[in-house]
Amino acid sequence: MSLRQSLLAVATVTMLGFAVTPASAQTLRYANQGDLKSLDPYTLNESTTHAHLGHVYEGLIARDKDLKIIPALAESWETPEPTRWRFHLRKGVKFQNGDPFTADDVLFSADRIRKKGSNLQTRISPEIKVVKVDDYTVDFVLPSPNPILHYQWDTWYIMDKKWAEANNSIDPTPAAATTPSFASLNANGTGPFTVDSHQPGVKTVYKANPNWWRKPEHNLKEIVFTPIGSDATRVAALLSGEVDVIEPVPLQDITRVDSTPTAQVLKGPELRTIFLGMDQIRDELLYSNVKGKNPFKDIRVREAFYKTVDVELIKTRVMRGLSTPSAMMIAPQLFPLSKDFTRPKLDPDGAKKLLAEAGYPDGFEVTMDCPNDRYVNDAAICQAVVGMLARIGVKVTLLAQPKAQYFAKVLQAGGYQTSFYLLGWTPGTSDSHNVLYEILGCRDDPKSPRGQGNLGGYCNKKLDAITDKVLLETDTAKRDLLIKEGYEIAAKDFSYIPLHQQALAWGVSKKVKLTQRADNQVLLYWATKQD
Amino acid sequence: MLAFTLRRAIQAIGVMIAVGVISFSMFRFAGDPVNQIVSLDTPPAEREAVRKSLGLDDPVPVQFARYFGNAVQFKFGVSYQFRQPVSSLLAERMPATLELAICATIFAMVFGILMGVYSALKRDTVLAKIFQAVSLIGISLPTFLIGILLIYLFSVTLGWLPSFGRGDVVRLGWWTTGLLTLSGLKALILPSITLGLFQLTLIMRLVRAEMLEVLRTDYIRFARARGLTTRAIHFGHALKNTLVPVITVAGLQFGSVIAFAIITETVFQWPGMGLLFVQAVQNVDIPIMAAYLLMVSLIFVTINLVVDILYTVVDPRLRSTIRRPA
Repeated sequence: MSLRQSLLAVATVTMLGFAVTPASAQTLRYANQGDLKSLDPYTLNESTTHAHLGHVYEGLIARDKDLKIIPALAESWETPEPTRWRFHLRKGVKFQNGDPFTADDVLFSADRIRKKGSNLQTRISPEIKVVKVDDYTVDFVLPSPNPILHYQWDTWYIMDKKWAEANNSIDPTPAAATTPSFASLNANGTGPFTVDSHQPGVKTVYKANPNWWRKPEHNLKEIVFTPIGSDATRVAALLSGEVDVIEPVPLQDITRVDSTPTAQVLKGPELRTIFLGMDQIRDELLYSNVKGKNPFKDIRVREAFYKTVDVELIKTRVMRGLSTPSAMMIAPQLFPLSKDFTRPKLDPDGAKKLLAEAGYPDGFEVTMDCPNDRYVNDAAICQAVVGMLARIGVKVTLLAQPKAQYFAKVLQAGGYQTSFYLLGWTPGTSDSHNVLYEILGCRDDPKSPRGQGNLGGYCNKKLDAITDKVLLETDTAKRDLLIKEGYEIAAKDFSYIPLHQQALAWGVSKKVKLTQRADNQVLLYWATKQD
Repeated sequence: MLAFTLRRAIQAIGVMIAVGVISFSMFRFAGDPVNQIVSLDTPPAEREAVRKSLGLDDPVPVQFARYFGNAVQFKFGVSYQFRQPVSSLLAERMPATLELAICATIFAMVFGILMGVYSALKRDTVLAKIFQAVSLIGISLPTFLIGILLIYLFSVTLGWLPSFGRGDVVRLGWWTTGLLTLSGLKALILPSITLGLFQLTLIMRLVRAEMLEVLRTDYIRFARARGLTTRAIHFGHALKNTLVPVITVAGLQFGSVIAFAIITETVFQWPGMGLLFVQAVQNVDIPIMAAYLLMVSLIFVTINLVVDILYTVVDPRLRSTIRRPA
């Protein structure tokens, strides 16, 4: 080796050294209202948990800052036939314990996520066959075409087969586990961070994974996560500089946080749609003074309700300007043709006439079910709705309860015991089919899961037929038109009263730069922190 | 004496059973745990499977028998949220709560006695009036408000003390302590004041009243007549005699300090048993709720039992009534 060569080698090594250890690796402290309850990626289907585990685990695909699908553990994929999807896996990726990532891990994960006890069984339907072509190619053979097969696979995290087998974690940890499992307290993924320590409900420490296959965008060496349930304490921790990022910032504290020199609130519309639903399936309402018939079966009554609820007023008075009024049952970011939809004009006088035509000139009484700790200002929204409906003579008795009691009453398990309710929905697939199927689908076949989130039992067979076509249509443009047709039917039927998308509100120290994704996943691998 | 102890012990067991029954019947109104475990779009079959695996589909009497049978053996099962045995979760959180409760009690005792003595001896000074005002605040302001006020003053505005958590802890066997690190000690200050303020005012008022009472008694006058120094009279005789009821009250209050730590722990995100309990209530985590309620009632019952027995040891007048129960 000549002198020049060795000098070059030294220079290269030095440069590599710089590249590997960022100039100033930082510790980022993050507090969330909710807790990280299990490290097993198949235990809970909940976005806070997915976000946490997304720092450690990765899926075959990922979603970028705008929720677009990008390659992750799969480098590319194609559909040689409509019912066969071929995924080409990334080579040279290693799990954090050093095991190489191969097709066997994908097969194992596909198996594990569909096993009993997994909360994410819907990620891959049981009829799909997963076939290993070679070590880095996997085929998914479908019973029928499905254009959105991989839409939710950003949170189908791939686990290490060898690690799971060695640690007695072949089966997923059920949400209702009666024995603790290794995988719920330990993690071994391919992602940008490793779990350094995890004490449920107290503290979780992540360390940057130096062997990550992607080039990190963050400059962190460590993330310290603490759940802080109390709103005031969480805000105080941000303002005093003890934490760098908090989620959420309560509405009433947003101006105060923004007025400090050290922190600010990142705001943006969330994907969840908040809406009001009405029982349209029973012949007599459970909680009303109208006997022998169900006023909500009459479209005029639903229209009257729709035209009385003033979403702008809710936005300015209840939500302090932090909501995006909505005309449809899906967030506009998730449907390209959403601009074609507008809300019918507010018209309390017309609504009163409609009620009279329907046979309720003096209105009627009905009880409204509402959670008070689930969505942003949920009980206050309901309170406002009660006042608005009073203007057309409808006397609403409000029953606002904690989510534990509320959901026990209104969901299927509780027998859909509600006449009029407020609910929020985010399509897990980020796709309209989920909304058309779960929220707008008929509930008449008890064996089918269709319409499970349709607590009021709205039903239109024409819409159901369109929904079924949407599932099979692989041409995006045609598919969007079909979806639009479906939403139009729902709107014309006044099936629901969509209210708004609530706003995301993250409190962020001015030292930290990070990206806010509309699905409210706090992903700190896009965060940078200054000294 | 033995019969008395036995009788008291049996009564204590009765109280525990009553707490068990009441808490079990309360759980039925806490909501459906299954909804907290699965997501909104979980298929019904899966929901049923979860319900079955938790034994929630059994008839109520069967559930009660199982709950009771396990509780007697100190088996509280596995937490629905954390998937860890409840007993180990509680054991992990107990040091945090006990440390906080002990620090709060010490804080309350030391400052309560000092302030009480001072305001009894120098009744008309400005400082004594200020103490009285402070004690009024301590008694009337709710704990969470005091906590938040302290956080805003000392963490956000002044930046002296941490607003949440326990700081760095040192592990000594199964016990974790924050007393050995600077950040741990700093983290203890605000929660201890918050939790101890109510006890402090209680003790201060008690000491003041008792002290005034004692200072009027004959033996103090005789002591003065004998020419003892004021200091010896106040601290050697008067204070000593005031302390008996103070210690009793503080002892009895220790149970409620642990129980009321729930609020303080929530405000300061203190990783103790109270916070665990609050999280459990929000998530309908019945195993934790059951274990916590039984444990707190056990603490209360034990303290009361001990105090009752000690009374008879200390006060001979009680013994005669014990021998012939009314």
